[in-house]
Amino acid sequence: DPAAPPQGPVRRVLTVTGVVQGVGFRPFVHALASRLGLAGEVANTSAGVVIDVEGPDRTVAEFVRLLRSEAPPLAEIATVRCASAPPAGTRGFTIRPSQPGAGRTMVPPDAATCAACLAELADPTDRRHRHPFISCTHCGPRFTVTTALPYDRPATTMAGFPLCRECEREYRDPADRRFHAQPVACWACGPVLRLTGDGTSTEGSPALATARRMLAAGAIVAVKGVGGYHLVCAAAHREAVRELRRRKARGDKPFAVMAPDVATAARLGRVGPAEEALLTGRARPIVLLRRTDPGGALAPEVCPGSPDVGVLLPYTPVHRLLFGLPGDPPGPGVLVVTSANRSGEPLVTDDGEAFERLAGLADAWLWHDRPIAVPCDDSVVRARPDGEPMILRRSRGFAPARIELPLDLRPVLAVGGDLKNALCLAEGRSAWLSGHIGDLGELSTQRSFERAERHLRTLTGVEPQLLAADRHPGYASARWARRNAGERPVARVQHHHAHVAAAMAEHGLDGSAPVIGVAFDGTGYGEDGAVWGGEVLLADYAGHRRFAHLAYVPLPGGDTAVREPWRMALAHLRAAGLPWAEHLPCTAARPPELRRLLARQLERGLNCPPTSSMGRLFDAVSSLAGVCHDAGFEAQAAIELEAAAVRAVDAGGYAFALRPGPDGLLLDPAPVLRACAEDVRAGAGAPVVAARFHRAVAAVVLTVCREARRRTRTGTVALTGGVFTNALLDHWTAELLAGDGFTVLRHRAVPPGDGGLALGQALVAARTA
Amino acid sequence: MGHGGGGALSAELVRHLFLPAYGGEQLEGLGDSAQLTLGGARLAFSTDSYVVRPLFFPGGSIGDLAVNGTVNDLAMSGAVPAYLSCAFVLEEGTELATVGAVAQAVGAAARAAGVTVATGDTKVVDAGHGDGVYLTTAGIGLIPDGVDIRPQRARPGDVIMVSGPIGQHGIAIMSVREGLEFGAEVTSDTAALGSLVQAMLAVTPELHVLRDPTRGGLAASLNEIAAASGTGVVLEDRAVPVPEAVANACAFLGLDPLYVANEGRLVAFVPREHAEAVLAAMRAHPDGRGTVIVGECVADHPGVVVARTGLGGTRIVDLPLGEQLPRIC
Ligand SMILES: [Fe+3]
Ligand SMILES: [Mg+2]
Ligand SMILES: [Zn+2]
Ligand SMILES: [Zn+2]
Repeated sequence: DPAAPPQGPVRRVLTVTGVVQGVGFRPFVHALASRLGLAGEVANTSAGVVIDVEGPDRTVAEFVRLLRSEAPPLAEIATVRCASAPPAGTRGFTIRPSQPGAGRTMVPPDAATCAACLAELADPTDRRHRHPFISCTHCGPRFTVTTALPYDRPATTMAGFPLCRECEREYRDPADRRFHAQPVACWACGPVLRLTGDGTSTEGSPALATARRMLAAGAIVAVKGVGGYHLVCAAAHREAVRELRRRKARGDKPFAVMAPDVATAARLGRVGPAEEALLTGRARPIVLLRRTDPGGALAPEVCPGSPDVGVLLPYTPVHRLLFGLPGDPPGPGVLVVTSANRSGEPLVTDDGEAFERLAGLADAWLWHDRPIAVPCDDSVVRARPDGEPMILRRSRGFAPARIELPLDLRPVLAVGGDLKNALCLAEGRSAWLSGHIGDLGELSTQRSFERAERHLRTLTGVEPQLLAADRHPGYASARWARRNAGERPVARVQHHHAHVAAAMAEHGLDGSAPVIGVAFDGTGYGEDGAVWGGEVLLADYAGHRRFAHLAYVPLPGGDTAVREPWRMALAHLRAAGLPWAEHLPCTAARPPELRRLLARQLERGLNCPPTSSMGRLFDAVSSLAGVCHDAGFEAQAAIELEAAAVRAVDAGGYAFALRPGPDGLLLDPAPVLRACAEDVRAGAGAPVVAARFHRAVAAVVLTVCREARRRTRTGTVALTGGVFTNALLDHWTAELLAGDGFTVLRHRAVPPGDGGLALGQALVAARTA
Repeated sequence: MGHGGGGALSAELVRHLFLPAYGGEQLEGLGDSAQLTLGGARLAFSTDSYVVRPLFFPGGSIGDLAVNGTVNDLAMSGAVPAYLSCAFVLEEGTELATVGAVAQAVGAAARAAGVTVATGDTKVVDAGHGDGVYLTTAGIGLIPDGVDIRPQRARPGDVIMVSGPIGQHGIAIMSVREGLEFGAEVTSDTAALGSLVQAMLAVTPELHVLRDPTRGGLAASLNEIAAASGTGVVLEDRAVPVPEAVANACAFLGLDPLYVANEGRLVAFVPREHAEAVLAAMRAHPDGRGTVIVGECVADHPGVVVARTGLGGTRIVDLPLGEQLPRIC
């Protein structure tokens, strides 16, 4: 611009917040400033990364622009605050050492080994050839090794590993890929990998070679990973997989497998572009793939009866080396990889505990001396048919990524639900969810919860003034909140309201207009003391009104009915006025004496709380169709019903009846059950029944939402709750709604199930308390 | 209202309504009986009302419960039960033969327990205002010198024992009341435990806590003791004696046997050094033949009761709510 006045130097002090530490941000700033010929300095402080930059006005403006657009891969900039200062005539650009103080910046999630590190790992001339802990600024553990902020070597579990001279040089060199990469290490100075078991102990590459040999021969090896120990065995080795199932007391619950690469994964299940992106992304979650290979690379015991196979790719150098590098002898092939704990217990992270608690589970231990700061399970995701991701378990690779909020919140701690627990800290426009913690009915899990809560508070600096918990009077999470609240208020948030609020929050709704919240799940404590779970709420953050719900049926035996879907089938038949005909599979599932007892239990209302649960209706239909009468793991009946529906050629649908009830519209499933029973009698086959049922649920959601829109002029629908982890239902429902002009909010950032509950609790509590 | 379940809700009722209204030093302990000093003697004093349906059930009747329940409440402070009062509330129209049979049962139970019914009362209410017969008993007994048995006295290291199989009474009542047939008949365990307690005290006066796990079952008793003493309780799941028929019935109904009522069992917290001798004395007594060690008292997790499961997990055993609500989502 020739008309512009000549530029004098300007000086700006920029404070950058977000995920800007431990991600190579300062070397990036250094390189950028040097490239543009700007002077000044950059430092990590407790307030964020502070950049003091001086130079021509336009170049400084360009610098600020590129700061965002060229930021390194793991960085996530939340805010850039800019202040002017008088130019000081500084020359050159320098990186200042970190300054201690209370943390306000964030540590990134753990990231899978990057391509550059993998290349070095396989390069015989590289000094880190085969080094099991190779990492750099762009990859490696972060969340799980950080103990305090600001993120610096002494504030990580690498504190006990002083850098050797060569690593120190890389660490200090702003031009190096390992500049201030805290987990940096090499053979000379890093942690030591060991294989222990059978009285033998080997280190380094021989340890890996032995582990590969043992795995190929059918052994079960405990492998210390990023967020905890895994139990690993060869997925093609039937005896090994069967033995692992037996030792873990795991029932029929599917195991996840680790494949060496996308090509191998694609032989196990359907891998489209969305699946491939998830498989190879930095988070490296377990990706649920629709199975394509019924045998071959996987023993049938890996995931019996499951429509999906959970696959993940290696995310640490140790995993990569287990599969072998070119020239290595043949290894164990695809690996079963399962968290090393007994069902229901938290992940094992401590080495002493690993040897004690996994004795009798593992044949050998492949472990190392780098401590784990906080446990972090593998995450589980799937790709929707339209390519959008659905997170089923949000943990390693995602936690503690910041979730941007549509509103300013005062500091709040939401303790989440009791099962699949994850907690949430929020302040201002930021929320942070912990990793998956598990079932708080276990003492050891409650301790993990406390550890995770302290850790996340340390990393975020949030000091909660308010706590949020579910309204369930028996939830251990709510009791914990009450016990630990001190003077601070504890807001009790209705379960399904929290689900809807979570969906609103992650879609950036500010709550000024209500949404139609379709919250379908297994169990949530209702306002009337009943067990809710088939709810359509008109909700914003501040409140909710029940617009419609599934008609109540008794839940005979409480949690026992959840484990025994045949009970739900008979309870639903009875409520619909249908006979327990002998030819129905749900009737034939139990002998007459037990059916008589169930009839009596239902008649007398013994331990039969009323429920409007949609999850239980899926269970009922699953049993009625002969798919599943006993659930060995959570949602097994619904998962298998979905699998059956996927196999069906499209075949129309059933229809719910709608009628006014005392607390909103009633979705009456009686006609659905009658039609199901008739189809079963006529021999229609489980896939057809299952598909027609899925259609019926999707259709009734549309009908109810239309009615809500007619009455309230609200055109936005949130689909939430564990039932919407059913990919088929999620897809069909969203398609119907979108086709009718609704704006549909589906979970992408947090799980639809209780893993996302805490986010909604935080929003509701901060708006109402 | 769910305030009768012996769980969190009735505790709330006592704490928020009764204690503020007439609470005093004696009520503060919230034990099964009060310990009083009168004319130099240490007395245990207790009262309880009985509203069970049906009046007669396998193994006993409301008459047995009314005597044994109050005798046991006294015995749990180490007292030797001596005198009872017995008040009848009769619904108009109740058969005289029924009332007579209940009275016979009261007499027989009192003789068996070695106590005297010293005073009584009778009231009649209109038909439809009662379930046939309600009974209220009160009792007093002498606490021997040197005996101090209170929930507050549980200490880490104490050995926890239960005097026999649990859950029988609750399941027996429910089976007859609700017309449930579980195959094998379950009979109530109702029994007076005064003599068993004296046999234990003969070994050592140093027993820390005794409790009869009635309403709310073993879970409620252990939670009360853990809360009162500020210690942790660890149960070995597999050691807890649950008769097969009770286990089957509970599994079917979706109940946890730890929460089911007993009427003839006690749970004891015994200092480790006396555990073996006390165990032997209990097993040698007809009402304690089935005694087993079920767990221990720990310094860890104060106030919290956990059950160690077969697989090495530690399930938290909370205070029961009025109803066992599902948690699975
Ligand atoms: Fe839920
Ligand atoms: Mg009593
Ligand atoms: Zn790297
Ligand atoms: Zn080094």
